[in-house]
Amino acid sequence: MRLDIVITGVGGQGNVLASRILARAAMEWGLPVRTSEAIGMAQREGVVMSQVRMGEGSYGAIIPDGGADILLGFELAETVRGLPKLKPGGLVIANRHTIFPVSVSLGLSQYEPEQMVSYLENSTARYHLLDATALATEAGTYKCTNIVMLGALASLGVLPYDAEHLKQVMLAFIPAKLRDVNLKAFQYGQQALGGV
Amino acid sequence: MKKLLMGNEAIAYGAIEGGVQVVTGYPGTPSSEIFTTLAAMAKEKNIAAQWSVNEKVALEVAAGAAYAGARAMVTMKQVGLNVAADPLMTLAYIGIKGGLVLAVADDPGPHSSQNEQDTRRFASFAKLPVLDPADPQEALVMAREAFAISEQLGLPVFLRPTTRTCHVCQDVEVAETVITPPKPAGFVKGPNWVIFPSLAAKRHIWLNEQQEAAREIFENSSFNRVDPGVGRQGIVVGGVAYHYVKEALAILGLNIPVLKIGTPYPLPINLVMKFLDGLDRVLVVEEQEPVIEDQLIKMIYQHRRPLVLRGKYNRYVPREGELNTDKVKEILGAFLKIEVPKVKQDSNQPALPIRPPVLCAGCPHRASFYVFKQAAQGQEAIFTGDIGCYTLGNMAPLDAVDTCLCMGASITLGSGLQLAEPDKKVVAFLGDSTFFHTGIPGLINAVHNQAKQTVVVLDNRTTAMTGHQSHPGLPRTATGTPVEPLDIARLAEACGVGFVRVVDPYDYAAALEVARQALAYDGVSLVVMRRECVALVKGGQQARVVEREKCLDCGLCIEELGCPAMAKGEAGPVIGANCTGCDLCSQICPTGAITKRGEAKCD
Repeated sequence: MRLDIVITGVGGQGNVLASRILARAAMEWGLPVRTSEAIGMAQREGVVMSQVRMGEGSYGAIIPDGGADILLGFELAETVRGLPKLKPGGLVIANRHTIFPVSVSLGLSQYEPEQMVSYLENSTARYHLLDATALATEAGTYKCTNIVMLGALASLGVLPYDAEHLKQVMLAFIPAKLRDVNLKAFQYGQQALGGV
Repeated sequence: MKKLLMGNEAIAYGAIEGGVQVVTGYPGTPSSEIFTTLAAMAKEKNIAAQWSVNEKVALEVAAGAAYAGARAMVTMKQVGLNVAADPLMTLAYIGIKGGLVLAVADDPGPHSSQNEQDTRRFASFAKLPVLDPADPQEALVMAREAFAISEQLGLPVFLRPTTRTCHVCQDVEVAETVITPPKPAGFVKGPNWVIFPSLAAKRHIWLNEQQEAAREIFENSSFNRVDPGVGRQGIVVGGVAYHYVKEALAILGLNIPVLKIGTPYPLPINLVMKFLDGLDRVLVVEEQEPVIEDQLIKMIYQHRRPLVLRGKYNRYVPREGELNTDKVKEILGAFLKIEVPKVKQDSNQPALPIRPPVLCAGCPHRASFYVFKQAAQGQEAIFTGDIGCYTLGNMAPLDAVDTCLCMGASITLGSGLQLAEPDKKVVAFLGDSTFFHTGIPGLINAVHNQAKQTVVVLDNRTTAMTGHQSHPGLPRTATGTPVEPLDIARLAEACGVGFVRVVDPYDYAAALEVARQALAYDGVSLVVMRRECVALVKGGQQARVVEREKCLDCGLCIEELGCPAMAKGEAGPVIGANCTGCDLCSQICPTGAITKRGEAKCD
């Protein structure tokens, strides 16, 4: 079994934590795993992409273009930016939430959310859209957008392990006082895409 | 036992398995987590772990420990090695007693660096052996074995991971039990520790002989191996590129022989020549400089082997940037003269917003830059910058960093600019950690040579860019031991600076007044802008909100500050949930329309 997942978003959205949780869950499920993340200057509100590769076949951590089975987009425009990584027929889970970069406020570049949504609708076969940031805020803080997204992914039954396993690994990563908020965020994510 | 480890963490675990006793370093992406992982385990494993003020100091401290027989590791990034070059070049002549490993991380891309220099070149220049891991698991094994190789040769050994090893995670096999290293044998006095010219002349001969000794060790190293295949065409591949080559071959359904090189310098001749036997055409795939390729060209000529060699010199393999499976697929296609199916790009994709990294919402540096821009208004001023998060002050709309060269150069470049253009105001910005790194000599130089410039120390109480490491201005060491912090203002006074002030950049009016005085001072002035990094403050201030009735929608808050928490809304600026309440926007708002959330009428 092999599964390649790309997580796209904006620095500060918890991209690294999400890929580590997915990877640790894979390792504890007995699968070989690789991840690659953006660390350093790029983290500061810039474009970030994490890659998680699980299963047999011990290659490097960089997923070739058109090779990812799943694209998990934490931000709308960044989901579109990450699409070339997706396999034809691959699965997209996108957060409807937008983060307008300073370049847009200053009039140096454009961001049309409706265009992004219709492009995603027209160019991807298997596609789910949810407002993960709104659900995270409802759970307690917008900062657990990443956990809502993991919950959404877990509800689709495409991972090599079940949702409960991912949830337990996630909880082990989170400091005790933030567990309730993140548990709620995970469940909101699951429910958003028709899970429990 | 399997652990999910980042390459840098794996190197730290490998160093522990290798019996490291002393570790020093200066933070730099992508190397920093090697040290932080070791420092976190230092007390439990009885390791001495010290952040150093710079890489030269780090190498000298580690070398001292190795002189006494301890196993030592020093960590830095590729550009940090330039700072350590002076001790390095002579240390190779002197040699060491205890194993000394220089873990120097390269950053092809570059993702987070001023240049793409190849540490393998530096190592071969210094005539020191290099280990080049392909992934975190191999990085762990190499870190462990490097100490023994170093002791066997009496030479420091390089471990040179790149970003895609440092910041890649893998399920890594970690030893359950670790052997406690014996107490260092101790420093034994002797003439060979003092580098007189006469000794240098003698040791140079020894150092050159050691190249062959190192080559001999690498002939039988498990870090080099042949993956057999069919046909008379083969690939020699170094470091992380190994996995790209293997995956590209699998995608293309090819089975050709591959020689994986983990010891790029010195290259093992017999192993390579044996691989070349029976091959007509060979491709060398390595990132950055043609280090392996150059040595192969030499060998092929010396052994008069008729062979077609392809690589960087034929422009098959790029000499700049990072490789990946997609690029290697193309390279293989060109070398093997086969059709490679391309992933087709969608031309209908909508225009995407430009999203470069920027200073965080509430970053105190934004306030500092803005204050000095305001204070210097109406005067011709050059803002020299330095290496750190605050280099991002060059982004619009702040545009407050006019130069950036290397650590500590803001003060010295500023001094030089001022010599050429005495009528302009020069303001040099650098961070607290950078001030200790190489800022102080430049400051002393400016004072002694009667420069007229203002130095701004952006003191955010940490080394923020690389992950919040400690430095001598803080009341704790790398391992958490409480210490007396060094006072930057008093240091500056001791260096002879005539005007020294400390001010909070969040207090706009007070900071502006100090900035004006500093710019007016005739000589070297220094302002410490002191406010903790916003990423370290948890739940601090109340977020701000815009009161619609008072807001003129003049755009000043957005257009002047470029804060990522502020966006243009339909009825004026909107402040997002990521606002940290630094209050800069409310202090510059001409109508007082920005107030604390919860206290505002519109809440």
